[in-house]
Amino acid sequence: MESMKDKVAIVGMGCTRFGERWDAGVEDLLVEAAYEAFEDAGIGPKDVQAAWLGTVFSGITAITLSPLGLQYIPMTRVENMCATGSEALRAASYAVAAGACDIALAIGVEKLKDSGLTGVKGPAIVGDNPDGTSGVASGFSAPASFAYLGTRYFHRYGLAPDYGKRLLAEIAVKNHYNGSLNPRAHFRNRLTVEQAVGAPIIAWPLGLYDCCGVSDGAAAAIVVRAGMAKDFRSDPVYVKALAVTAGARQGCMRQDYDYVHIEENVRASRAAYEQAGIRDPRKELSLAEVHDCFTCHELVLYEDLGFSPRGKAGEDIEAGAFSLTGELPVNTDGGLKCFGHPLGATGLRMMYEVYKQLQGKAGPRQVKDPRLGLVHNLGGNPGMGIASCVILGNE
Amino acid sequence: MAGIKSIGVYIPVYRLALEEIGRMWRVRGPVGEKAVAGYDEDTVTMAVAAARECKAGLPGQIDALYFATTTAPYREKQHAALAASVLDLDRGAYTADITCSLRGGTTALRAALDAVKAGSARECIVVAADCRMGAPRGRLEQLLGDGAGALVVGSRECVADIEESCSTYSEFTDVWRTDADPFLRSGEGRFIEEAGYMPTMVDAVSSMMKRSGAAASDFARVVFYAPDQRQHAALAEKLGFAPGQVQDPLFSAIGNTGAPAVLIMLAAALEEARPGERILLAGYGDGADVFTLRATDRIEKTRRHPLLKERLGRKSNIDYGTYLSWRGLVPFEASGLPERPQPSLASRWRERKFISALYGVRCTACGTPQMHAIGQNIRVCIACQAKDAFEPYSFADKRGTLFTYAVDHLQPTRNPPGLNGVVDFEDGGRMLCELTDYDLSRVRIGMPVEMTFRRFSDGKGPVNYFWKARPIVE
Repeated sequence: MESMKDKVAIVGMGCTRFGERWDAGVEDLLVEAAYEAFEDAGIGPKDVQAAWLGTVFSGITAITLSPLGLQYIPMTRVENMCATGSEALRAASYAVAAGACDIALAIGVEKLKDSGLTGVKGPAIVGDNPDGTSGVASGFSAPASFAYLGTRYFHRYGLAPDYGKRLLAEIAVKNHYNGSLNPRAHFRNRLTVEQAVGAPIIAWPLGLYDCCGVSDGAAAAIVVRAGMAKDFRSDPVYVKALAVTAGARQGCMRQDYDYVHIEENVRASRAAYEQAGIRDPRKELSLAEVHDCFTCHELVLYEDLGFSPRGKAGEDIEAGAFSLTGELPVNTDGGLKCFGHPLGATGLRMMYEVYKQLQGKAGPRQVKDPRLGLVHNLGGNPGMGIASCVILGNE
Repeated sequence: MAGIKSIGVYIPVYRLALEEIGRMWRVRGPVGEKAVAGYDEDTVTMAVAAARECKAGLPGQIDALYFATTTAPYREKQHAALAASVLDLDRGAYTADITCSLRGGTTALRAALDAVKAGSARECIVVAADCRMGAPRGRLEQLLGDGAGALVVGSRECVADIEESCSTYSEFTDVWRTDADPFLRSGEGRFIEEAGYMPTMVDAVSSMMKRSGAAASDFARVVFYAPDQRQHAALAEKLGFAPGQVQDPLFSAIGNTGAPAVLIMLAAALEEARPGERILLAGYGDGADVFTLRATDRIEKTRRHPLLKERLGRKSNIDYGTYLSWRGLVPFEASGLPERPQPSLASRWRERKFISALYGVRCTACGTPQMHAIGQNIRVCIACQAKDAFEPYSFADKRGTLFTYAVDHLQPTRNPPGLNGVVDFEDGGRMLCELTDYDLSRVRIGMPVEMTFRRFSDGKGPVNYFWKARPIVE
């Protein structure tokens, strides 16, 4: 198999403000994100030759893209749970790399707040058939299924419950600080450790500030073959790796899954590092956007993605290694926690941050001398997931 | 000679103190507590729990199952078939519901007895359960309790032989419910006692005495239904039984449990009986069923499992608001969660062995027991990827250990917060499931659990039953 490294470049991106966008329907979010991307790439809608739409709940087919008025081009809706946005980019990348088209649009959108529900629409119950018709209908929530990770992690590495909860709070505080510097983020309030620890419990050890919010939003990318990138701009961002790993629910069915790591995360990241030629991610990555649906997932991700040794992520958190000014800034734009998590858009939103960082356009959130950025997503839950890793670079 | 081979009893852990009811309505009530079926329990789940107990460890084949209740969840759909599928009986088993009468438990016993004596069944399960409700602020609310009792009836290796049986019927209206009544209706107390209960029972028991040539003093234990404590004592005196002979009706411990009452009392009697002792058993309701039993030498083996003492000892008190909530007597604000569609009948049918008897599979290539995370049919082994190389494997009786868990404030439940987690089974296999009957202060990684059949979320369509893990309290 060939590596995807340096075959494809992103030459334009757009990202809406995420949040409770009562003012905007799916059509408005799509137009906002797509037209910012067109302008950034210096193209118009007529130049788009193929489009991939990533959405989980906000449209069954690519006809959902009709508000963009794209005229009789190939369009497909893709889905990979929370890795859907990344999947749209992946599909578009393979298409331009294969020469099936020259300029492709990858766009992700989710309009969750129209449901009138506080939680996520769709199977709120883990373990159900997607159409909700399983005979089994066991009920446990997404926060609970990730809380399994937190509880087992504390137990395995001998962390006292209070200490573990503080570690999680540090992650929330870091992401809230970063989000406060980001005008597009859903939540922009700063947080203290005490506020995070003292917040109402959702599924122990996860409290209100350990769980990402439900948001509306869209993000888009224009991709071309790497050789053409400089025709569009002087500072394109190159795709260094595209990796996806899907489990078969092994963790839920086999006793040898330990609930202190997520196998899909590990394998997707290793595959991505190999494609990109990265040997020491902690040193070689300039920043990472990781899937912090819940703070205990970010904790485990530091280890899954190879940033911290197993069991040692807490030490790195305490040392501030992943803060904006740390050795490897993680979730510089506020993460899922603060930017919000409209499922279909999230992967592309993460790429938007890495893209701007690599171009030196991240303003108060700018990391120094960025070269390579990782974008990670996990769809599903510990034990049954789909992980995606994309690596972007500016050289 | 046909008789009883084993017994099973199920009393819910929850209790509502009668004083608590009295406090709510500002009346002085009797002393005692009533057993209350939990938020995820009903007639079927309690019956199944009692039946699993009496079936446990019996090597023989169960040929029939008789299910008795006055509070059936379905107006049309056989509960005996449902129970039989949970007990994983052979599909050739004979299943029958006996409903609508307090006498149902003993009527079912009579039917099972007749089947065994006639040779059309070798062993039968007789199970009775009730979940009756009295209207709030009424006398029946204080009186009625929930529970289940079960027996295996057979002709070999019995712990008690059933020597004689006789029945009477009576077109007497004391308690009743029609389709329009959510709560039990009752006639006036003294009318019931003087015109119905006492004459019917005196007549039926006297007939039995005459027929069997026995005197009151011949019976070491006397087990009989009564509407309440007072009438129970009055009948015993009228029939000439001494207090020492009379089996405790358990009114103040669990309440009047209805159809299963005499089976529960009989279970207690059998747990205490000595070889050779005679027992009189009388069920009441639209008439009476009377039996005489004699404990055999094998009766000693029931004492090794003091089921009833254990059941009565394991309890947890709830308040009146919880009772109202669990019984669905209070309308709630709609939850913030999306409404679930009706479960697919076809999907449930394909998954029937999983849903009913918690069947997974064991791979014949690598020996790994496995259960699918959402109940799908397993076609490819999760361990070795062998295709279609499986034998059926039930997890229902397997003990488990809690590997990790979450106290879940978003789980839809009538008893928030919910508790769910990852259970690793002895001998292999893993399951993500809800827990029930838990004490949150005692939950920990490594906690031992057993599987129990419970009623899941309410909503559209047929009742959604499935399995939960329950902490093993040693």
